Amino acid sequence: MKMLINVPETVVADALRGMAAAHPELAVDVENRVIVRRDAPVAGKVALVSGGGSGHEPLHGGFVGPGMLSAACPGEVFTSPVPDQMVRAAAAVDSGAGVLFIVKNYTGDVLNFEMAAELAEDEGIQVAKVLVNDDVAVTDSLYTAGRRGTGATLFVEKIAGAAADEGQPLERVQSIARQVNENSRSFGVALSACTTPAKGTPTFDLPPGELELGIGIHGEPGRERRPMMTAREIADFSVNAVLDDLEPRNPVLVLVNGMGATPLLELYGYNAEVQRVLSERGVPVARTLVGNYVTSLDMAGASVTLCQIDEELLRLWDAPVSTPALRWGL
Amino acid sequence: MLDADFFRRWMTAAAASVDREAERLTALDSPIGDADHGSNLQRGFRAVTATLEKEAPDTPGAILQLAGRQLISTVGGASGPLYGTLLRRTGKALGDATEVTEQQLTDAVREGVDAVMALGGAAPGDKTMIDALVPAVDALATSFRAAAAAAEEGAVATIPLQARKGRASYLGERSIGHQDPGATSSALLIAALVEASGE
Repeated sequence: MKMLINVPETVVADALRGMAAAHPELAVDVENRVIVRRDAPVAGKVALVSGGGSGHEPLHGGFVGPGMLSAACPGEVFTSPVPDQMVRAAAAVDSGAGVLFIVKNYTGDVLNFEMAAELAEDEGIQVAKVLVNDDVAVTDSLYTAGRRGTGATLFVEKIAGAAADEGQPLERVQSIARQVNENSRSFGVALSACTTPAKGTPTFDLPPGELELGIGIHGEPGRERRPMMTAREIADFSVNAVLDDLEPRNPVLVLVNGMGATPLLELYGYNAEVQRVLSERGVPVARTLVGNYVTSLDMAGASVTLCQIDEELLRLWDAPVSTPALRWGL
Repeated sequence: MLDADFFRRWMTAAAASVDREAERLTALDSPIGDADHGSNLQRGFRAVTATLEKEAPDTPGAILQLAGRQLISTVGGASGPLYGTLLRRTGKALGDATEVTEQQLTDAVREGVDAVMALGGAAPGDKTMIDALVPAVDALATSFRAAAAAAEEGAVATIPLQARKGRASYLGERSIGHQDPGATSSALLIAALVEASGE
């Protein structure tokens, strides 16, 4: 496997150095692995901190900036960051109004953020948390670690970020973030496995004529393998899986998200099929975002995330945002 | 009696064992996890040995607590908090005695394992490190060698289980037929006790 890297050990640090060079509006601490908006802490504003393994770019560092995250902590590839990073990030961005930790439901992320919250509170920082768990491919939390946090993370970070920018208090920002998560569902498919730099070979073996249904974002196989399907068939399967769980009564935000190696030509075509299914099921679409946002290294494939919204959430979604990967209204 | 030197040897032996077995741990983590268990633990235990050389705490409890803190600060993922908690709580239970008995160590490890179960919410049979650690604690009263054998058996016994915790749980029935990498690394940690004792 050929990769545009030096050695696996420095992949994350090298990427952070490059990110710093490309985005002088961010303060990137390469050694401690914390990405902070340069104007932080913003007086009177609740700060949003998220983080997770590297390999999901632009999540989360690409979403740091006005209107979205205050700071992000990238871990090793597909490994959650450590509490030290999160505490450092919280201390850098807290203006005294408190910090919201946005945590994807993966065991490592949950445990490390829990420890970080305790440590930050010891330092006098008020911390609230929101858990993102939107993946309908994981059904029964009695016998699993519970639904994974995937594409809805983008919706939570954007909408809660807008609420924080308006000066809403920590408790309110947290409850909006929870509302977004509770109203979001995702389903992902893989057309190829991904390759982590440390291992150097694909994380699982997927023959050319087959696809995985119900994948997460860490290169783990999904729940089911089938012969390759058309975009039309994949959209039918994925959107129906989401809608059977969500049953929205209001319009939805749509995220058609590439896993890293699927070109926009295919993603837009896939989006056409996603919109068709939504129309057939009578679900009105408020806004649609298509692109690579919550990726899984070089995996080919896509996920669909729907978020049922009301007028306030739509207003917050439309609010200006200025980050490396998401930017509008400014 | 077990003194500070014994606990230093334990941590050094565990680090060496993780170094030797890193590729196997990562290979076990590949089909049901994300292929980094070996490299993550290797990074953590290297930090442990480096810190122990620098700071040289002089009681068993202090050595384990320092090692636990290092793992939490360097490993990440679920392994960092879980292994970190195991060592920290075991160390805390040993208090500030300069020497401890094997019985005291057994009781302390049991407290550490209980803390890991409370943190991760896993029980025996969930296909996690607990499946190696619980039988190991039960056998510790007999001998280190018996504990190491029990841990190894416990790790192998995870093969037919369906994972109910951690990333492997997302695979449902497809997690059956693979040995749990966390149970495997836990068996290495217990086996390092044998090396440290020179048995």
